[in-house]
Amino acid sequence: MSDVTVEQPLVADSAPQPRSSLRQPRLPRWAAPAVAVAAAAVAVAIGLGAGLSSRIQWGLIAALLFVLGLYGLTARVEGRRQAKDRLATSLVWVCFLLAVVPLLSLMWETVRRGAKVLDGSFLSHSMAGVLTIQPGGGVYHAIIGTLEQVGIATAIAAPVGLLTAVYLVEYGRGTLAKVVTFFVDVMTGVPSIVAGLFVLSFWILMLDFGYSGFAGSMALAILMMPVVVRSTEEMLKLVPNELREASLALGVPKWRTILKVVLPTAIGGIATGVMLAVARIAGETAPIVLLVFGSQVINNNPFDGAQSSLPYYIYEQWAAGNEASYDRAWAAALVLIAFVMILNLVARGIARWKAPKSGR
Amino acid sequence: MAKRIDVSGLNAYYGSHKAIDDISMTVEPRSVTAFIGPSGCGKSTFLRTLNRMHEVTPGGRVEGKVLLDDENLYGPGVDPVSVRRTVGMVFQRPNPFPTMSIYENVAAGLRLNGGRIRKSEMDAVVEKSLQGANLWKEVKDRLNKPGAGLSGGQQQRLCIARAIAVEPQVLLMDEPCSALDPISTLAIEDLIGELKERFTIVIVTHNMQQAARVSDRTAFFNLAGVGQPGKLVEIDDTERIFSNPSVQATEDYISGRFG
Repeated sequence: MSDVTVEQPLVADSAPQPRSSLRQPRLPRWAAPAVAVAAAAVAVAIGLGAGLSSRIQWGLIAALLFVLGLYGLTARVEGRRQAKDRLATSLVWVCFLLAVVPLLSLMWETVRRGAKVLDGSFLSHSMAGVLTIQPGGGVYHAIIGTLEQVGIATAIAAPVGLLTAVYLVEYGRGTLAKVVTFFVDVMTGVPSIVAGLFVLSFWILMLDFGYSGFAGSMALAILMMPVVVRSTEEMLKLVPNELREASLALGVPKWRTILKVVLPTAIGGIATGVMLAVARIAGETAPIVLLVFGSQVINNNPFDGAQSSLPYYIYEQWAAGNEASYDRAWAAALVLIAFVMILNLVARGIARWKAPKSGR
Repeated sequence: MAKRIDVSGLNAYYGSHKAIDDISMTVEPRSVTAFIGPSGCGKSTFLRTLNRMHEVTPGGRVEGKVLLDDENLYGPGVDPVSVRRTVGMVFQRPNPFPTMSIYENVAAGLRLNGGRIRKSEMDAVVEKSLQGANLWKEVKDRLNKPGAGLSGGQQQRLCIARAIAVEPQVLLMDEPCSALDPISTLAIEDLIGELKERFTIVIVTHNMQQAARVSDRTAFFNLAGVGQPGKLVEIDDTERIFSNPSVQATEDYISGRFG
């Protein structure tokens, strides 16, 4: 156009830019946060005005306003394609918040309520001789129970699961492998109470052993095994086939190839998978109620007599229904969450430490 | 220590699909034999039958005879593991073990085979193998660093060092330079020239100049059509194959008048 060509360089910055095919108006970087703040403010106004009592409703209205408002604004200023991009981005953000807010609120609530009675004495004493309405007492017997039961369950389930996964990935061809895969899938869906009932009828009723931590461990192992198999299988499948071939071509037998090349390459992921499976069974209550029976006193022997465990303890204290026992239940919940979190951190540490190195 | 390979009437299958059909040839000891031919003609499959790696592939199956100095690799009672210790292999893509250091990668063949070897002897083997692969000078100060941290060409030479550390009689190379730049390729080609003093070398390549440069004898493979098994068209001295081949198809392929 003629007015473009006569424009002088000095005034080019302030003069309206010709509309080029590559340049488009952009929203400033603060537009999205500003829309979020505005959406929150409008939602609060609507909530107060309409007398909505639930803060969750406020939050959902704010989320809806944010998504729609940003979409509308972007569509007007930047165009339809960018608006769709913003829509997807803002939906991802909203979903992220929806997932994180309950989690953080749960953590906060547990820490707030649990910290009240959580101290050295709580961690080092049992409930022996403590009436449930009294304050005091502790969680030591439940920690011992959880550690022993989960430890034994892992000692059973991790090797079996690992070997099953090795079979499925490295050797399994044909019908047997399909059958095993199918049953692992079925086992993944077995409710914990059913695993508990199975061990109850087999171990306690038929074989006539008494309640014990070990009986609970067996049920937990049944729950843990398919999780270990699945995660280990995925990790082994990620090991490049070239490494197996390289090892075989050196004249290394297959079993040594698996032991020395395949498993070390995947060990980080396998350890993470096992730890996550441990974390999952550490919170199981139903089989413990059925098989370990619960106890107020310290029982260090998992093979004989009733024990307690952290989830059972929480259930028991909550069921007792008074202030002192509620406090103990929250504190025990905090201990359980800390236990699982430590396991996860350990798993991540192992994964990072063992991960194949690529540094120079 | 280098051995002669005598192949007669060899067929290889993937499940019910026949991949190579009735191949017979002789590979001379202490020489380089190159396999050329279009993709899918069975060069790599044939190479893998020479150290019984073909049967590692699910459904892989072989008929026929491969004689290594009069001993049939596919005879009854032959252990594929000991075959692979005698006939080493280098793959198309460098594949050092990611969990191991450079030193451990070279030592892997001996160590994983379970031999108890003294540290000093192992050091000597590692140094000799790395020198054999022309890599010693570049890595001697960082033997304990991960093998995956080397450049592609260095990794491939590391894989060659790993393969020759177990002292095989024959070294099979499946397109060892196809993932490498020209300088690394040159390094590997020089290396092949040195290695043929000690080993029988068979190399698959898509690069005809490479075949002409490094090999003493060249075999041309072809296939009649898609889904047809690959066949050996001819094998002859490299000079003859590239100047005056006895089959028209070979000349067409080499001069580029062919798909």
